[in-house]
Amino acid sequence: MKLTLRVWRQKNTQEKGDFETYEVDNIMQEMSFLEMLDVTNEKLILDGKEPIAFDYDCREGICGMCSLVINGKAHGGNKGTTTCQLHMRFFKDGDTITIEPFRSKAFPVIKDLIVDRSSFDRIIQKGGYISANSGSAPDGNSILVPKQDSDLAMDAAQCIGCGACVASCPNGSAMLFVSAKVSHLANLPQGHPERKQRVLKMVAQMDSEGFGNCTNHAECEAACPKEISISHIAKMNREFISATLSGK
Amino acid sequence: MKIDSNIPSGPLENKWDNSRFDMKLVNPANKRRYRVIVVGSGLAGGGVAASLGELGYNVDCFCFQDSPRRAHSIAAQGGINAAKNYQNDGDSIYRLFYDTIKGGDFRSREANVYRLAQVSTNIIDQCVAMGVPFAREYGGQLANRSFGGAQVSRTFYARGQTGQQLLLGVYAALSRQIETGQVRMHTRTEMQDVVLVDGKAKGIITRNLVSGELEAHAADAVILATGGYGPVFYLSTNAMGNNVSATIKAYKKGAGFANPCYTQIHPTCVPVTGDHQSKLTLMSESLRNDGRVWAPKTAGDKRHPDEIPEDDRDYYLERMYPSFGNLAPRDISSRAAKRACDEGRGVGDTGLGVYLDFRDSIERLGLDLVKQRYGNLFDMYEKITGENAYSVPMRIYPAVHYTMGGLWVDYNLMSNIPGLFVLGEANFSDHGANRLGASALMQGLADGYFVAPYTVSNYLAGEKYGEITNEKDEFKEALNGVNSHLDRLLNVKGNRTVTSFHRELGLLCWEYCGMSRTKEGLEKVLNLIPALKEEFWQNVHVPGSGSQNNGELEKAARVADFLDFGELMCRDALSREESCGGHFREEHQTEEGEALRDDENYSHVSAWEYKGESQVPELHKEELEFESVQPSVRSYK
Repeated sequence: MKLTLRVWRQKNTQEKGDFETYEVDNIMQEMSFLEMLDVTNEKLILDGKEPIAFDYDCREGICGMCSLVINGKAHGGNKGTTTCQLHMRFFKDGDTITIEPFRSKAFPVIKDLIVDRSSFDRIIQKGGYISANSGSAPDGNSILVPKQDSDLAMDAAQCIGCGACVASCPNGSAMLFVSAKVSHLANLPQGHPERKQRVLKMVAQMDSEGFGNCTNHAECEAACPKEISISHIAKMNREFISATLSGK
Repeated sequence: MKIDSNIPSGPLENKWDNSRFDMKLVNPANKRRYRVIVVGSGLAGGGVAASLGELGYNVDCFCFQDSPRRAHSIAAQGGINAAKNYQNDGDSIYRLFYDTIKGGDFRSREANVYRLAQVSTNIIDQCVAMGVPFAREYGGQLANRSFGGAQVSRTFYARGQTGQQLLLGVYAALSRQIETGQVRMHTRTEMQDVVLVDGKAKGIITRNLVSGELEAHAADAVILATGGYGPVFYLSTNAMGNNVSATIKAYKKGAGFANPCYTQIHPTCVPVTGDHQSKLTLMSESLRNDGRVWAPKTAGDKRHPDEIPEDDRDYYLERMYPSFGNLAPRDISSRAAKRACDEGRGVGDTGLGVYLDFRDSIERLGLDLVKQRYGNLFDMYEKITGENAYSVPMRIYPAVHYTMGGLWVDYNLMSNIPGLFVLGEANFSDHGANRLGASALMQGLADGYFVAPYTVSNYLAGEKYGEITNEKDEFKEALNGVNSHLDRLLNVKGNRTVTSFHRELGLLCWEYCGMSRTKEGLEKVLNLIPALKEEFWQNVHVPGSGSQNNGELEKAARVADFLDFGELMCRDALSREESCGGHFREEHQTEEGEALRDDENYSHVSAWEYKGESQVPELHKEELEFESVQPSVRSYK
């Protein structure tokens, strides 16, 4: 099929960007979206132009490196799918596709479609862990975890840290991302000793990075490639209030 | 080059304990004076960076991705083995050790593998303590399943995302050390060279992938945990960024490269659809617990699978390997699939595929239970192929998945270059000629959490801290070398894209050094690869400059290294005149078409020494000594 691509091009963080239009041909429906961009780039290179810069790595929907807002939707809007697993059979011959980076104050553009998501790392560094040094931990079965708690923790822990939640939220909120980690650890007994400090520090860092707050649009849940529920945000709010009230 | 495995004396089960007791210790107050460089942030790299940070060392950790949480360990689906024997089904440390040695076709070191089996139990405990949400039974205990080539249930898992959860555990521990300042994390930074001072590894040169800036970093020891070299085949289940650059750079500085021809082809991947394809996706082999593999009995049978009656189907794994059936190890299952396709019995448009059928399991277990067990994998399959595998059998075909070869290391995971340690998939140590399912995660974490923290400390105890700074001439020379290498790539300004070279190299390697190899083919490809390499350096086109983010330049540097490495891999495959594990030489097979080992002549590790550009590398042999296990024919019938 033949497509028209409107792609955001931006040289670096400082300079202003703009859309450029490219016509691409011979796109097969078996291609993934990123393979379609590969084909486009091969052509650009041979034409002596600079290829479009975009992030990718595993191309199987788990590393969280790929991004892109495709026709206004983070990861293209196909339920539970990252851009790398979005396939061209969801587009039609003659379509015009608009491709932008994940936009948020806390995700500055590095080049073209590549953004800097290190703010997510800094939030995790404030407390997204259980402090257990490598060494002689007690036997795994000495800590019993009810299956339903473990399943709930796993639902949250599946987050791939891609940032689609932020890119799709009208407020640029990272609360789905932060709550996924808070909820994962709060649902496990191992996470309890540090639960109060954890939520307070992570939320403070989230605010200082310039992310917005949740006003229940639920766009994040709709865009999340791992379909993480906003009920984890409610869980985080409860954890936060409880930690604030207990004065710790 | 001198290689000495440094295997401790004494009985197998006491070697690691004795060795740990004999190790020198660093005074707690002095630990902060030592600096260690870790390249890679996967299970092995991230694990050792966090663990050394916890001990009090200063650590610099590097990854080319935008965050340490992206490392490709994240993609492992099935699980992690541990000899816990929670299921009371006869597992033990010795059995895990034995299965791993046998699975590796008796081409790995007993002492290393035994240690791996020993620490496997600690890994599970450690991960649970760190909050990894392993699957649980209703009583709250950890759940297990049987997995790829094992007859006991010793695999721990977190749905189909075990690698992700273990890596996020590592990432959490690493993040904690970054917050304390003990680890300095350098993301979007790629290693370009290792720096040796007086024969010891004392630092690295890196390129900042955002600004293009080159930097020299000095340290008291360097740890490479940079993963495998699967993408030498271009198409593989590896991430696009995985590369051999760090290890080949170390090889060119004098580190031995061991067994590069041992590559693992995974039997259950989504088949290739066309030339545009950039990667292959693995369908977890846990599917083989309930799915039945088959191909039509007659060549050229193009009927829809529903129209092929039971009598016309060949459940070839069940037929050939009745005791292991669909769970036969990866190398064996892959070759059986290839054989069916070579006989013209392949399915799908390309004829390169076989069926993995859940019809009988759905009948036996019900649709709900099958969905519960494998739902996410069926969803993934549908995303890629547009087919619903609950009603039409999945089509699968083998794909390059893991590489058992890697830099040569001794028992302490140190290469023959003092101070250069190699961990995880980047080394060669534990899987012999074939890796069993759910053992890669085990090895990565064993190396990172429980082996290297001891052995690196032992090395550092014998070194004076902070002796070397990046002002030394060796660093300046290395910087200049990297600079001119990158300039050379940019200045070719030819007519072919980097990817076109990579794809061509991949096809050559797959054709001549893939699932089966011949003397004739390998000799041929050993002429074809150097010719391709020559063309690359005359005709590659790398746009842009070095002083900016430049994805094509990154790719070009990696492909240049793959071209060098591809030749080495084929050379190793040619020199190993036997079949073992993932290395199948057609000249060496039994009448039934099974791999035929030659223990008399090839029971050794092949470690290659670099002798200079366009020179033939020199082969060094480390003889494998089996004290506890008697090598036998690896039968799964």
